[in-house]
Amino acid sequence: MVRSMKKRSLELSWAHKARRLLGSVAGIGAAGLVLSACNIPSFGAFKGNTVQGNSTYHLWQGFFVASIFVGGITFILLALAIIRFRRKGESIIPKQVHGNTKLEVFYTVVPVVIVAILFFFTVRVENKVDTVARNPNLRVDVTAFQWGWKFYYPKYGVTTITKGVDLYPTLELPVGETATFRLVSLDVVHGFYMPEFDFSRYALPGVTNYFDFTPQHTANFLGRCSQFCGLYHADMLFYVHVVAPSQFQSWIHAHQGS
Amino acid sequence: MVQTAGVVEHERKAPGGFYKWVTSVDHKVIGKNYMYTALTFMFIAGAMALLIRTQLFNPNGHVVSLQTYNELFTIHGSMMLYLFAGPFAFGGFANFIVPLQIGAPDMAFPRLNNLSYWLFLFGGVTMLFGFFTASGAAAFGWVAYAPLSTAPFSPGPGADLWIVSIAMVGFSGIFTGVNLMTTIFYLRAPGMTMFRMPLFTWSMLVTGILILIAFPVLTAALVMLYADRHFGAHFFSVAGGGVPVMWQNLFWFFGHPEVYILALPFFGIVTELIPVFSKKPIFGYRGMVFANLAIAGLSTGVWAHHMFTTGVVLLPFFSALSLLIAVPTGVKVFTWIATMWGGQIKFNTSMLFAVGFIFAFVMGGITGVMLASPPIDFYTHDTYFVVAHFHQVLIGTTVFAGFAGIYYWYPKLTGRFLHEGLGKWNFWVTFIGFWITFMPQYLLGLRGMPRRIPIYSPTDGFTFLNRMSTVGAYMMGIGMFLFLLNFIISWRRPRPAGDNPWDGYTLEWATSSPPPPHNFHSLPPIRSARPLWDLNHPDHADSVPMVTGGDESAE
Repeated sequence: MVRSMKKRSLELSWAHKARRLLGSVAGIGAAGLVLSACNIPSFGAFKGNTVQGNSTYHLWQGFFVASIFVGGITFILLALAIIRFRRKGESIIPKQVHGNTKLEVFYTVVPVVIVAILFFFTVRVENKVDTVARNPNLRVDVTAFQWGWKFYYPKYGVTTITKGVDLYPTLELPVGETATFRLVSLDVVHGFYMPEFDFSRYALPGVTNYFDFTPQHTANFLGRCSQFCGLYHADMLFYVHVVAPSQFQSWIHAHQGS
Repeated sequence: MVQTAGVVEHERKAPGGFYKWVTSVDHKVIGKNYMYTALTFMFIAGAMALLIRTQLFNPNGHVVSLQTYNELFTIHGSMMLYLFAGPFAFGGFANFIVPLQIGAPDMAFPRLNNLSYWLFLFGGVTMLFGFFTASGAAAFGWVAYAPLSTAPFSPGPGADLWIVSIAMVGFSGIFTGVNLMTTIFYLRAPGMTMFRMPLFTWSMLVTGILILIAFPVLTAALVMLYADRHFGAHFFSVAGGGVPVMWQNLFWFFGHPEVYILALPFFGIVTELIPVFSKKPIFGYRGMVFANLAIAGLSTGVWAHHMFTTGVVLLPFFSALSLLIAVPTGVKVFTWIATMWGGQIKFNTSMLFAVGFIFAFVMGGITGVMLASPPIDFYTHDTYFVVAHFHQVLIGTTVFAGFAGIYYWYPKLTGRFLHEGLGKWNFWVTFIGFWITFMPQYLLGLRGMPRRIPIYSPTDGFTFLNRMSTVGAYMMGIGMFLFLLNFIISWRRPRPAGDNPWDGYTLEWATSSPPPPHNFHSLPPIRSARPLWDLNHPDHADSVPMVTGGDESAE
């Protein structure tokens, strides 16, 4: 008699504890995103290095913080269950609880709320990442092929292209300016992948994809092919150099002769 | 055969040995055939994984050529998904267990069952034949994206053998799905209403529905690809007016339900044994049924989350549904925890694997939620982050939950126990090896390592993490070997198991281990979802069987 009463009160206090904790997940998850300016760790990701990528980076941080809470609570509950309710000695028959409607509704509804919040922030960032400027500062045509890349600046008539093994092309970009890319493939599906920009997009045959980069830092980066495309898929590398606008102009002039 | 006043006596001697193995239509024989074959394919695919990990131990590795590497990951993935996980779940476990759980003497279509097995075996062998052709096995990844999989880019018979193999295995699965659904709808014993069925059986019913939705689409896509390759069609070639991305849409319309086809049976297995080893009923039976249905329904609407980076899919729709599918899956996890809560948990090997499954699956599921967000997916798609995610969820379900099921039902299938001590070694070595293998891969993906690359540069900064991952993979290999050892020992030195060694609840435990050919000599009364529990523990029964001394045929 006492045992079953104790069990019931244990269940209730667990439900209350879990409710409080889970209830604050949503709030804290949201706060995490808002507070993203204040030193939340990167959790392994690159910081984005472009306006678009930086936005993705903060979304990643928010998702990760939410995951720590949800995953953490779940693991703690699981660990508690397996430690506390281990069979010790004589096998007695515990109270045969078939369910608890309130609890079941709770652990259905709270995840829906959490997921809705994640979706809200996702849509905001997604719109930012996928926006293509009407009048960008720069346009670049990217063509993928087995097994290399061609970058063409239509305004300047400048082309850089993979010339062979270890002879990867350079994509030169001016810092702080928005470049719109047109991406297409000549043969199979390739993936234009910039790890340090937190971004990738498929190069498809017969379909052109558009996206923007607004680089924030002058630095050198390495780009790769992400979508498996055959024998030398691992070798489809390219360099991205983000430089001051004046340096970009010099680079353009230097390449216009060839 | 002698017929006496309506009673049929079966006097014919049952065939034995090889003849029985080839011709039997008994679901128990076929189910065991499936399990042995599927586990064999698993070990072969696992060996390929070890080769892959060995190649990646060093930057610019030289263990295998670039071409062979591409064949290895293609066939590793294809084998694990098409030839191990699925057949093991529905051809193996479901075949053996579902008729027993519903109190039926066999499946609805025993001969179709036999055909399904042979299609599976020969389909699997066909895929492997690719390695023996001059140009090698299929080498375009298990997803076979067009145009890479079309003739100009993948000439050679390896690709065609792969296509035919999967078509055969696909039909095998479709026939098993039909068999399972018909059996579950029509052959339940009296008293077993739909909401008294064991949850494993419920999982198999929903899985059957998904199989019928998904596999025909895959088969159609394969036929289209074959037509492009050999009959001059242009479904997937731009020059001919075709649309390569359509392959991705068709494939993933199959491919996403496919992963739930793989997962649901293993969820069902764990849902059976956690209550038994906690000495409690499942918490929220109806919630679990609705979660199954919600997962199945949602899974048909999320396929394009595999295509976020194509730029040609409606991102918010697929993102929203993909995020939502975490909810019914979460309901299942909380249900399992709530079932254990307040119980009397016995931590044998089976339960250890089940708890290990929950840990692995929760983390894998959480990274899945991350991937459901398109901007995060743009960053992590086609990198080792995704590889880590799907291995967590797939190994969590098919290996951990699968082995939980093996250790649970092995006594019923064979009449003997697997050794508990060795089983615990099996679990811990595999479990620890698993985390060491895949945690570094999340970080590798975030730091820029793409999938499906045979080599990387020493200056990439990937070397240490790859080495750690390889060490973990070898640990998992040892863990799997320990299972083999346990299996062999259980035959060499059998420890007999009785009818119901675990004090189980459901009807499979109400007959001998292994069951007789016709499954049951008699059935206990079925008045709840736990008929055997009710019989053995009348003081704690879900429903007390009424003893009227009269007519029981009113059901």
